[in-house]
Amino acid sequence: MANPALKKVDPQDPGETLVDPMKAPTEISEHIVEFVSDSGEGAQTAGVLFGTVCAKMGAGVWTVELIPAEIEPPARSREGVSGNRIRFAVDEVTNMGDEADVVVAFNEQVLYARIDQEALKAGTTLYIDKVWSQHPDPSVVEAYTTAVADFRERGYVVHEIPMEAETLKYVDNPRRGKNMWTVGLLAAVYSMDLQPFLDEVRGIFERKRKGEKVIQANYKLLRGGYEWGLSNVAERYAMPIQPATKPRVVMNGNAAVAVGAMAAGFEICSMYPITPATSASHYLAGFIEKAGGFLHQAEDEIAAIGFAIGASYSGKTALTVTSGPGMALKTEMVGLAVMCEVPLVIVDVQRGGPSTGLPTKVEQGDLLHSLFGAPGDAPKIVLAPSTIEECFHFMIMARQLAETFRGPVVVLTDANLATGQAPFSYPDLNEDWLSPPVDQSEWEQGVLPYAWDADTGLSRRPIPGQKGGQYVLTGLAHDERSKIAYASAVNQRSTSMRSRKLASLKETLKPPQVIGPDEGDLLVVGWGSTRGAIEEAVGQLRDAGESVSSLHLRFLSPLEPGLKEIFARFGKVMTVEINYSDDPVGALADGENRRFAQLATMLRSATLVDVDCWSRIPGQPLPPGMVKAGILARFKGVS
Amino acid sequence: MYGLKTDWFEPPKECYYSLEDYEGAVARWCPGCGDHAVLTAVQRLCRDEQLPPEKTVMVSGIGCSSRFPHYMKTYGFHGLHGRALPIAEGIRSRRPDLNVFVVTGDGDCCSIGAGHWIHSVRYNMKMVVLLLDNNVYGLTKEQTSPTSGRGLVTNTHPRGAWLDPINPIQATLGVTNVSFVAQTIDWNPAHLFATITAAHRHPGYAFVRVLQRCPHYTDEVFDIARKDPNQLVLLKHENGIQLDESVARFFPRQVEHDPLNIHEGRRFASGEEGIPVGLLYCDPATPRYDHNTVEGLATPRAEKLRAVRKVLDGYRI
Repeated sequence: MANPALKKVDPQDPGETLVDPMKAPTEISEHIVEFVSDSGEGAQTAGVLFGTVCAKMGAGVWTVELIPAEIEPPARSREGVSGNRIRFAVDEVTNMGDEADVVVAFNEQVLYARIDQEALKAGTTLYIDKVWSQHPDPSVVEAYTTAVADFRERGYVVHEIPMEAETLKYVDNPRRGKNMWTVGLLAAVYSMDLQPFLDEVRGIFERKRKGEKVIQANYKLLRGGYEWGLSNVAERYAMPIQPATKPRVVMNGNAAVAVGAMAAGFEICSMYPITPATSASHYLAGFIEKAGGFLHQAEDEIAAIGFAIGASYSGKTALTVTSGPGMALKTEMVGLAVMCEVPLVIVDVQRGGPSTGLPTKVEQGDLLHSLFGAPGDAPKIVLAPSTIEECFHFMIMARQLAETFRGPVVVLTDANLATGQAPFSYPDLNEDWLSPPVDQSEWEQGVLPYAWDADTGLSRRPIPGQKGGQYVLTGLAHDERSKIAYASAVNQRSTSMRSRKLASLKETLKPPQVIGPDEGDLLVVGWGSTRGAIEEAVGQLRDAGESVSSLHLRFLSPLEPGLKEIFARFGKVMTVEINYSDDPVGALADGENRRFAQLATMLRSATLVDVDCWSRIPGQPLPPGMVKAGILARFKGVS
Repeated sequence: MYGLKTDWFEPPKECYYSLEDYEGAVARWCPGCGDHAVLTAVQRLCRDEQLPPEKTVMVSGIGCSSRFPHYMKTYGFHGLHGRALPIAEGIRSRRPDLNVFVVTGDGDCCSIGAGHWIHSVRYNMKMVVLLLDNNVYGLTKEQTSPTSGRGLVTNTHPRGAWLDPINPIQATLGVTNVSFVAQTIDWNPAHLFATITAAHRHPGYAFVRVLQRCPHYTDEVFDIARKDPNQLVLLKHENGIQLDESVARFFPRQVEHDPLNIHEGRRFASGEEGIPVGLLYCDPATPRYDHNTVEGLATPRAEKLRAVRKVLDGYRI
């Protein structure tokens, strides 16, 4: 195949190619690109377009949304940065990576937000719109000039690009066009064929039911940027991407939860809007009815879970989707579902807490709340998908576990999985998953509504409509007949029966896989969305000669079996998490009062191993470089 | 001289439910509690309407009245304080074949569950909601409830309740999409039964407030009305609650009130004419949310699978 890098495209006729022997591209195996702008300028759309085309070409991709908390924060502000990061590579990409290689910025101020997040490094190439250098307000011009000088001082490679001036050649409103023009520009920088971008843009606007005029206008912008890039930009890269051999899909974690819920046969999604979980419901609202289901937007978080519990009690598959503050409100209802053994799936897309916390930002802060956030003993199943692909498949598993073990299943994702996009294999589907559990046959006489099996704690539930199965479910302590029972022996037995279900599930699980050698100096344990970053960091440490392995947990309750034995084979065990823990050395932290990260707390109590931890709450996914430094800090005492 | 007409005889029913088929555990409410009267009325309604016990669900929250499901032999859901309505809505959402009853109290409905109450009215999903209002918290031992009269001395307000009570029927009639609001009294079992029957037959959300005393804590709360029936205003209309003359004669004050007239209904609800008894408002044509939630119920599995595949294909690269 001819190298598409060496094409010169006429904006009116992209078919014509001219070979430019002076621009031999640098071959790369992975790169990180960011589009950043004020809110509403389309940098997110540009990022999604660029990432999707990379994925379609066969690249491994991970994209991260950069979202301000407000819908339209003040222009040219550091806090208002909006955009997208795309890490793309020849091989699979499992996390957002470290510093960016190339950043396209529609103004210079938003770049400071990225500098604050340590997203740039010396050598990062910046393409900045130079429209601000001719702004009528002299303070804007001064801010721009000062910033550009500062960027050069910091070692960034700065290119001032006439984005707005060029965009105005094709559209009247540069806010509605700059993004496409810059995607064209990057297509030239990365020696990519423009055609897949044109095809994708056509698809996007056709789905939005826009006419041919809009599509052609965007074609002109893409071609304009591409043309300008070929003639004016010195950097030229090429990545030897191989087309994917198996069919794949690309989506974010919330979409994966939504499509997974649909594939799992959920008939009712009952929710209340909350960031960053809401988009999962948006996706479901768009298509659940096509499979005969219904999305209920309840009056509050409590009603949302109550409605789901009611639907499930009546024999329908129901889920509720929320985030930390919603989990707090749902606590009493979760306890009810445990007590009365009503199957239910609760998806918690974790954000920063406590209280309203960091609504759009990632944290793994709800683990202990999920496990223990209820009065009394409320054992429930808690799962944490570690990839976007697992977000899909865990929904199917969660439904099956909820029904088999007759109780709530909490699925902990987070803002990193929710808004990150990555391709994965087109999943297998099964028609059997789409059956509702409604059984309307006559209830077997003599079988009690809580006929707990003494070994497993499992029992079969009667569903309204089943003749002879009438019982009154109650959140009060109850016996096998579901009769209110305050007798001490009954409470002891029924509580132990509910607890036993977790032990029986644990019996069916396999010990987790150790990534790297089975024994060594250090084992790093993680859960949830940090897997990609941890495995990358640990891999780098192993490459550097360290004796380090990693292990990632998907089942948090019950914990996967065999941990104690695995931990015993390592000199030191530590967790890496995105939640708060005290550093081991500090003003008040000593061996007794140090507060550990959430998984570390659990593992210490479950295994009696002196598990250490390194955790941070930066309000963004942990980049592998940061994880590596954190591991070294605990492992070697260096920071 | 009168020949027997053979078609008077209905073919024998395969299954005939008697009162016993609806009688659960022996009720443990205090002697003299109004809840007993409501339980009797509901059991009779089930029998008269021949509701299959397995197709009938009693949903309640927490409180004295919320023990109700335990005393029925139907399916029941005795859940959380204030949260009966969302659970009942979930049950109703995809099971149009079930008869759903909600039994709630003044604390359960009008205080801790007030947010759900307002929205449940607006949803207008077919169910009967019985507010057993005795103006006090009984189970937790005599605290002021949102319907307690000002000055009621309770354990939380030893100097008397500071505030005027909330008016549940007025509040319900203020909510968009309200479809059926009635008020009845526990000391007239025939009216109670007629009201609950009308509520059950209403094609939508039927809200019934039952005025009743708590024999322990508000024994005298409706004494004036019990002793002086002129305190009560019986609302009657051909579209209202139908009473035998033998029952109606207990109400010396009777007024014609068209239940479609919401403005008049709100005026009566305010109590300015006396304590209204009967149907304040009813519009069977009010749009029902459960008609939306039930859509797609019969979708075949193969079609569902096609829908899932189509959505996935939209993400295919």
